[in-house]
Amino acid sequence: MSASKTAKKLGGLLLTALLLGPAMAFAEYSTLNMTKSVSNVGHEMYDLHMLVLWICTVAGILVFGVIIWSIIFHRKSKGAKPAHFHENTTVEVIWTSIPLIILVAIAVPSTKTLLKYEDTTNSDLTIKATGWQWKWEYDYIDDKVADAKGVHFFSSLSKASNDARQLHSGIDVSKVDHYLLDVDKRVVVPVGKKIRILTTSNDVIHAWWVPDLAIKRDAVPGFINESWFQAEKVGVYRGQCAELCGKGHGFMPIVVEVKSVDDYTKWVSAEKATAVKAAAAANAASGKTYTKAELMAKGEDVYKANCAACHQVNGTGGGPFPALKGSKVATTGPISEHLDRIVSGKGIMPPFGSQLSALDIAAVTTYERNAWGNNTGDVVQPSQVSK
Amino acid sequence: MSEHHAAPTGITRWLFTTNHKDIGTLYLWFSFIMLLTGGAMAMVIRSELLYPGMQVVDPNFFNMMTTLHGLIMVFGAIMPAMVGLANWLIPMMIGAPDMALPRMNNWSFWILPGAAILLVAPMFIGGDFLSGQGPAFGWTFYEPLSGQYGKLAFFVFAVHLLGFSSIMGSINIIATILNMRAPGMTLMKMPMFVWTWLITAFLLIAVMPVLAGVVTMMLTDKYFGTSFFDAAGGGDPVMFQHVFWFFGHPEVYIMILPAFGVVSMIIPTFARKKLFGYASMVYATAAIAFLSFIVWAHHMFTVGMPVAGELYFMYATVMIAVPTAVKVFNWTATMWKGSLTFEIPMLWAIAFVFLFTIGGFTGLMLGLAPVDFQYHDTYFVVAHFHYVLVTGALFAIIAAFYYWSPKWTGHMYPPLLSKIHFWASLISVNVLFFPQHFLGLAGMPRRIPDYAIQFADWNFWSSIGGFVFGLSQILFLVIVIKTIKGGEKATDQVWEGAEGLEWTVASPAPYHTFATPPEVK
Repeated sequence: MSASKTAKKLGGLLLTALLLGPAMAFAEYSTLNMTKSVSNVGHEMYDLHMLVLWICTVAGILVFGVIIWSIIFHRKSKGAKPAHFHENTTVEVIWTSIPLIILVAIAVPSTKTLLKYEDTTNSDLTIKATGWQWKWEYDYIDDKVADAKGVHFFSSLSKASNDARQLHSGIDVSKVDHYLLDVDKRVVVPVGKKIRILTTSNDVIHAWWVPDLAIKRDAVPGFINESWFQAEKVGVYRGQCAELCGKGHGFMPIVVEVKSVDDYTKWVSAEKATAVKAAAAANAASGKTYTKAELMAKGEDVYKANCAACHQVNGTGGGPFPALKGSKVATTGPISEHLDRIVSGKGIMPPFGSQLSALDIAAVTTYERNAWGNNTGDVVQPSQVSK
Repeated sequence: MSEHHAAPTGITRWLFTTNHKDIGTLYLWFSFIMLLTGGAMAMVIRSELLYPGMQVVDPNFFNMMTTLHGLIMVFGAIMPAMVGLANWLIPMMIGAPDMALPRMNNWSFWILPGAAILLVAPMFIGGDFLSGQGPAFGWTFYEPLSGQYGKLAFFVFAVHLLGFSSIMGSINIIATILNMRAPGMTLMKMPMFVWTWLITAFLLIAVMPVLAGVVTMMLTDKYFGTSFFDAAGGGDPVMFQHVFWFFGHPEVYIMILPAFGVVSMIIPTFARKKLFGYASMVYATAAIAFLSFIVWAHHMFTVGMPVAGELYFMYATVMIAVPTAVKVFNWTATMWKGSLTFEIPMLWAIAFVFLFTIGGFTGLMLGLAPVDFQYHDTYFVVAHFHYVLVTGALFAIIAAFYYWSPKWTGHMYPPLLSKIHFWASLISVNVLFFPQHFLGLAGMPRRIPDYAIQFADWNFWSSIGGFVFGLSQILFLVIVIKTIKGGEKATDQVWEGAEGLEWTVASPAPYHTFATPPEVK
């Protein structure tokens, strides 16, 4: 890279110097400059950013310096008489050429970094990230490190953040751990390996962005996009959806946990064992009969995590989202229609059949038919749910 | 002079007017009302973002505010203000008695209020106002998100009407400039403002039909079963973005080129020195306009384009820095060794040069694809385009008011209030937008109603700056009304160093000017 260490430091200093007064008080957050990532291609991005920032700063000082000089010394009140020149071909050719030369100089490292970033070959692990309104689904599809193929889960905003972010929640968000940047289940990857991320979407366009890993790629329905990162350090890295995707856009974070290869391998085995157990439990649950109280308690949790974002905690809906309180589907309509709406979705509502277990669906249906004064008395068992 | 040469009175004067000055006034007032409306929405946005946590509005309402704020400011405030300036000034600057197509001119304006009503009406139709009934999919209305919106037809027809208005306005401006110049006013003698508008009008005619096309495709996707943008039906959501930005990027220059024109008129007046490099200014404007058509996909670097496409759009984009730099150098050279005074219009014009240049620098940074992967869809972008559109386009419009209002109203602006307006706006706008660069670099996405704790401090300052900037524009309203109602009488020349035909007529300008064309030497 052409920007030397000194240049980088100077650039940083200048940026800081540009800030007046209050800036200094908040310096401990180091929220003044681009995130220094832990990915090798990210370092090149950062260096390129500093190079251009530095060039712009110098150009700015020169041009603004000339203007300020004129403002101070070429003012009428100081007796300045206007000169008569109004064109000069030599000068104009020179100041057209200089920016052009600078641009070519910037284009060289930019091209190099771009080509490196877009080279997704020879990856060690491939994970597919599918955007949903408003959560992420992850599929481990090809793994040369620990054979994680088949690992699959959804990742949503953590419950603590989700409770705190409700309008007028009354919860002090500064007390919430990693407010809005925490999930119920993290993506886990091994350190030092090339991780290829495939992004796609189930509904509208989302974008998978983790600043610390210098990766941002849109998740577009009908397309599969590729990008990659290689984390240099073990740690937890947090990001967010970066493309407006509707009401819950600000509430679908991404958390990547980078583990050592050994820890990663252990995590994969544990995940697989858990998946087997969960499948068996779900199988057993789907045949089991639950009491109404059990279903209501579970249903309320499922409802808050999956449905309340649109239909509201009190079931009144709002805007384009219909009320469930007193609605035909959730009261006098047939149970089968209610179940089908949840499993298959309708219009703006996503299908939940692949996201929720039969027990979850039975519980949330029971809850919706009895909460907020709907009081149908209906109890829906997992065995009634056909996905 | 017979009686029909005087200004008619009452409401019909404004409804049926074909007078370029009346229509210019209508456009400017419409634009001001929209500025205050869009500004009020910005206040809602900044109130919600003042502290972390959700305190003020529902997330859907927040999205509706960002969407309508953007659409209203772009299509309701900035563009109509520029057309208003064109109406008032172009005939006077080129020595024409009126616009070439005066009846169409009336129609171009009176379509706009209808479009604005269609745009905001869904907010108030059906259901609960506070949950956000209006468009909430961002001013860029990306599919498939916008296709989920139940009242899409309102939005589509609003955009169609805006397009009719812009295209008719542009045809009128081109016809006026090409056919109605006074004898001796050759193209290369035209004031820069006229040049920038001539080029802008061609841009508008080229891209508004593309915008109309894309919203019509959305309409048929939503209501008539087509699948232009629906992947499930074999369509392509990314194609939406290509078509949108083929309109959207030239649109950016539609808003800024006339601003360049305004500043190129004001700086020479108060430097008492001719504009440096007039010919290169014209060529640079044309070059920017040409380049604006071939760089659109730099808004889409993260969408998953082939690497060859990314390289091409990156190279083409950074090329725009060359003609833009030429313009800034020319303004600088115009001031150099001038005899400067700092009346209010000059203060705004100088602020424009400084702050627009900052927006230009961040534009160059955003044009580099590999770093754009970090900047894209963050507050860095928000800071960039507000520097270009607020301290760029809006500052130029305000400068134009202070510069030409003595000619329009016959009165000078109130001096002390105007100074307060300038300094309050200048300081607050930087407190408002400069920290947004830091927020974006630190990782805050745009269009989110709530944010993680580490973004709290700069959001707080940004909101404080926003409130002060918003209040300052209420002061501007007071200044505008005071200037219209009274104040020191303006001379015909108004400014010592001003040159151009508009300064040869009386202040206030008579209802009809240049019934006999002046001779330009």
